[in-house]
Amino acid sequence: MQNGSQKTQTKQPKPAKQLKPVKQRLSYKGAWKDRLKKFVFGSKEKEGAGKQIVVYILLISIGFVYLYPLLYMISRSFMTVNDLLDSSIQWLPTTAYIDNYKNAARAMDFWKTFGDSGLVAGGPSLINVVICAIVGYGFARYEFPGKKVLMGLLIFSFILPPQITMMPTYAFYTDIGIVNSLKAFVIPSILGQGLKAQIFILIFWQFFRQVPQALIEAAKIDGAGHFKSFARIAIPSAAPAILVVFLFSIVWYWNESYLTQLYVVGVTGGSESTLSTLVVSLKTFDTAYTTAASQSGGTMVSINENIKMAGTMLSILPLLIMYFVLQRQFVESVDRTGITGE
Amino acid sequence: MKKQKKMKPGRLKRRENMMGYVFILPWLIGLLGLVLYPLVESFRYSLNRIIMNPMLGRVMTPVQFENYRNIFLVDTDFVFQLENYLLQTALAVPVIVAFALIIAMMLNGKIRMKGFFRLIFFLPVIIASGPVMNQLTSQGAASIPMMNVQMITGIFEEYLPRVLATALSSVFSNIIMLLWYSGVQILIFLAALQKIDSSLYEAAKIDGGSSWECFWKITIPTIKPMILLNAVYTIIFMSNTETNGIINLISTRMFSSAGGGAGGYGYAAAMAWCYSIVVTLLVVVMAALLMGRKDIYARRAKKFRKEQKKQEKLAKKFRRRGEKNAKRIAKNANKAA
Repeated sequence: MQNGSQKTQTKQPKPAKQLKPVKQRLSYKGAWKDRLKKFVFGSKEKEGAGKQIVVYILLISIGFVYLYPLLYMISRSFMTVNDLLDSSIQWLPTTAYIDNYKNAARAMDFWKTFGDSGLVAGGPSLINVVICAIVGYGFARYEFPGKKVLMGLLIFSFILPPQITMMPTYAFYTDIGIVNSLKAFVIPSILGQGLKAQIFILIFWQFFRQVPQALIEAAKIDGAGHFKSFARIAIPSAAPAILVVFLFSIVWYWNESYLTQLYVVGVTGGSESTLSTLVVSLKTFDTAYTTAASQSGGTMVSINENIKMAGTMLSILPLLIMYFVLQRQFVESVDRTGITGE
Repeated sequence: MKKQKKMKPGRLKRRENMMGYVFILPWLIGLLGLVLYPLVESFRYSLNRIIMNPMLGRVMTPVQFENYRNIFLVDTDFVFQLENYLLQTALAVPVIVAFALIIAMMLNGKIRMKGFFRLIFFLPVIIASGPVMNQLTSQGAASIPMMNVQMITGIFEEYLPRVLATALSSVFSNIIMLLWYSGVQILIFLAALQKIDSSLYEAAKIDGGSSWECFWKITIPTIKPMILLNAVYTIIFMSNTETNGIINLISTRMFSSAGGGAGGYGYAAAMAWCYSIVVTLLVVVMAALLMGRKDIYARRAKKFRKEQKKQEKLAKKFRRRGEKNAKRIAKNANKAA
């Protein structure tokens, strides 16, 4: 792009003024065309406004598409049946109708299920953090024979779908009598085979490799044993990784319904176990609501779309709140753990 | 340098390294007890017909490969679901990876409210569980409202073979679902993009490279490992979500009491084996597609070296033959004399 004659050709430029960026002006005939072009498309140094606008429009529209199901869900869950049938109502319900939530919460037995969900997600997650940290440290710090093979097996066990080991494991759990209880989740996580534990082990491995070896050697000279140097040096430096692993573990356990239903809640009728998580109860929401409505003796209306949406909303509400409170930890998780380090 | 690397660690060091086993012991037990043993056991199950007997527990009768034969020749659901899964994954993986890359590129630029956008794009990771997605798709909230899905589907059905048309139209009608699955991938790409040295771009710009060229010659080669990582992650995610029909089929078959060769643990185990082999193959193929290529300079250098070696060999051969011939000629000359 050609530049016009420069206006800033002063005879004796002061040194202080020279430091300021020289603003180039295009001032020849028809320069406005080039100036416009530069403004819209940008030059090699600066991005053009046109490109910026396109990026913003794209981001905002995709952002809307992302949020659309959520907005739809929220708006529907506050509508009455009449609002649903009224074709003039698209988004805003006539009144904030919270009976949908009341009914859905009653059908799901919200507070008890919520507590159970917390237990099912929180307990194994805590164990996951501890065990994965220990195993990750073992892989990162020591060069024992067969390490490469074992790391390969770690990744292999991540790729392997859980369905393949499901039947023998289920049979085994049934034999030792831990199926349909929380133990069926606790025991695998103690043995480092919790939900997506392989990723967490890799995160800790990556993290502990960055701990300088000199630090640990210095601790050894001062008389710290293997476990002491792990607890006193490695763990405090891994605080961000611990937080990330804990949060993701909670989210993944919370959202897992397939294995939870199989091992913890029970598939056949669900009457064997007293535990039930919100996500699993959402799976059987229709039947649960119908039975609850028939037991209530006419105080609950029959099921409709809005109540289903309210139920869905209830099942994700705790996670949503957690996400907005701890948003930084979630969004910066990938940066913090340095998964992309290599 | 090389010798030092090959030197074995001292005895103290070796004994210390044995502590590594202590640290990974829980995982090792888990690997043996909850992964490798069930894997073998599952294969044994798949060769048996297993009937639940209230008195005797599980009764196994060996049937050899009958379960596998039934899956493919008798069961109408499995092959259909497998086909569905393969098509969906084959379409979803490129869509998700490309979309995540585009979003990450846009977020990587100088824009305001970057944190806010990241917040939105990561949100689905938190809430997109199987049952929630099922509820949303059944309500029709998983397709873009302004998009006329019916029309697009119609067009596809008119011009494409049926299998491809249904797969493509399912992509379009559940497009939000696919977008929702790309939260983690966006973050991984974003982190990788931020690590690229900006002086690389500056140097390229001084040499007259456009941003299009920069994208293909700098960005893509640098984040190639991340593309592989994301593709593998997407495959594994897609094969474990509950919207995937095949894993539900396995669990229903596991508890179905049909008995007559179409249910039970053994039958489900055979299904799971087939499914796992397919998933593993998919991952391997994807890895081979994305990993195998070295960049062009390394390839050329290798080719050159190979050529050089060949030449050397040839030269050696000629030299030896020349010596041999010279000897023979001398011998002949001697004889003649």
